[in-house]
Amino acid sequence: MTSRAVEDLLRELAPQVLGVLVRRHGQFYACEDAVQEALLAAAVQWPEQGLPDHPRSWLVTVATRRLTDEWRSEHARREREVAVAVRQPAYAAVAPPADEEPPSADDTLRLLFLCCHPALPVSGQVALTLRAVGGLSTAEIARAYLVPEATMSQRIRRAKQRIEAAGARFTLPSPADRDERLGAVLRVLYLIFNEGHTASSGEALHRVELTGEAIRLTRELRRLLPDDGEVAGLLALMLLTDAHRAARTGPDGELVPLAEQDRSRWDRDAAAEGVALVTEALTWSAPGPYQVQAAIAAVHAEAPTAEDTDWRQIVALYRVLERVAPNPMVTLNQAVAVAMVDGPRAGLALLATLDADGRTAGHHRLAAVRAHLLDMAGDRAEARAAYLAAARATTSLPERRYLEVRAARLAGERPR
Amino acid sequence: MKYMLLIWNRPGFVEELSEAERNAIFGEVDEIMKELTESGELVGGEALAHPSQTRTARPAAGGVEITDGPFMESKEQFAGYLTVDCETPERAAEIAARWPDVRHGFGVLEVRAVMEQAGTEM
Repeated sequence: MTSRAVEDLLRELAPQVLGVLVRRHGQFYACEDAVQEALLAAAVQWPEQGLPDHPRSWLVTVATRRLTDEWRSEHARREREVAVAVRQPAYAAVAPPADEEPPSADDTLRLLFLCCHPALPVSGQVALTLRAVGGLSTAEIARAYLVPEATMSQRIRRAKQRIEAAGARFTLPSPADRDERLGAVLRVLYLIFNEGHTASSGEALHRVELTGEAIRLTRELRRLLPDDGEVAGLLALMLLTDAHRAARTGPDGELVPLAEQDRSRWDRDAAAEGVALVTEALTWSAPGPYQVQAAIAAVHAEAPTAEDTDWRQIVALYRVLERVAPNPMVTLNQAVAVAMVDGPRAGLALLATLDADGRTAGHHRLAAVRAHLLDMAGDRAEARAAYLAAARATTSLPERRYLEVRAARLAGERPR
Repeated sequence: MKYMLLIWNRPGFVEELSEAERNAIFGEVDEIMKELTESGELVGGEALAHPSQTRTARPAAGGVEITDGPFMESKEQFAGYLTVDCETPERAAEIAARWPDVRHGFGVLEVRAVMEQAGTEM
């Protein structure tokens, strides 16, 4: 078996094995470490020695052994250090796992809720989700986020401590909390997706494919919660966005805007799956923000050329989105659609309402959209100034490069 | 988001401090570094040698010239940096505000956002 195939299998088994251990022993902190060690051992042994007969049982056994070793040494340490007043329970007597104990489908769900617990900072939620549910190693996560392994390791440790301190349980949230907690899970998955949704491909060679990982986890979540329209919507949005991947970057790594992408390079299968998912979900679910964003992406996907885009439909969808999830960033994107239907001045008028909003004033996206609409209106000097303002404000290298090129074109210069 | 905190201070200020004052300052730095390490926010950092050890390469008539001494003749010189990965720009600024150089009036910290490789579709 290739190490790639082993890796895929391990990532799939990781939350199942962790679920078994946590259900049996509690102690998420220690179980998570033990499973991680078992995964690392398997990643070394399986490609060389072949798969064990029962891979999941193998992992459960090895992880349980690590756990009991840990408890034994902890126990011994305490006995040495303290004249023991209170005896520790005999942890070493943990029963070996029964062969092929069925995984509980809810385990993965419980883990997702636990990793995205509100007591954690977002960076902790992301890191812990990738490790405990995604089965990635700390080193892989650290590389993906371009931080030293020690930093990521500490972030995960801190996240696990906070879960313990918050007294979080390995259970599903109560119905009263469910929507909010699921919202946090979806947000984390979308953040992971967007981090991987990177423009430069050279970089990606050395990074775990976060986009694919986010899609895989969201697909799994969709399997567990088939009746949730927003889960379907998020998966659709990811698939429809990822379908542009090959067309989004030019030969020199430069960003290619949606209107100029070579649509023959779009991934038709991913787009079709996304369109079908969101279309189906909207027939029975109340439209939530992910579904509506996916529906907008679906309208783009169905246009054979940029000129064929049904902008009226997109404007109507943005109105729905504004109602279900009012947010200045929505208004920002809406302005582009409005400009395509009613002309750039109408779009610019909508943008003007955002200047007084602290969440968007000075934001590079506001300047970038304004530049684009001024460009459409033929106001070259103002458009150039706005492109340059956007280029100064962004912290993304590919975006800065794109915005500077646009500004340079308007000055009649050759882009550098 | 990653931020680089650039430390600018007056070269030689440490020479004017008593041993107790120095130890107190190093203690403050240790405390912040410990906190940033434990929180998983610390990405890296370096302290730089005294500015008198600097060489500067600059364009000159007919090519490039390398001279001894720092680029800028200013009272404060670039002394080192740390890189942090924080949830908000406010958090990065809060760390900068706690740095002893700032608190004791020896220098300033600049908080600069680090550029990312990822970009959104335009």
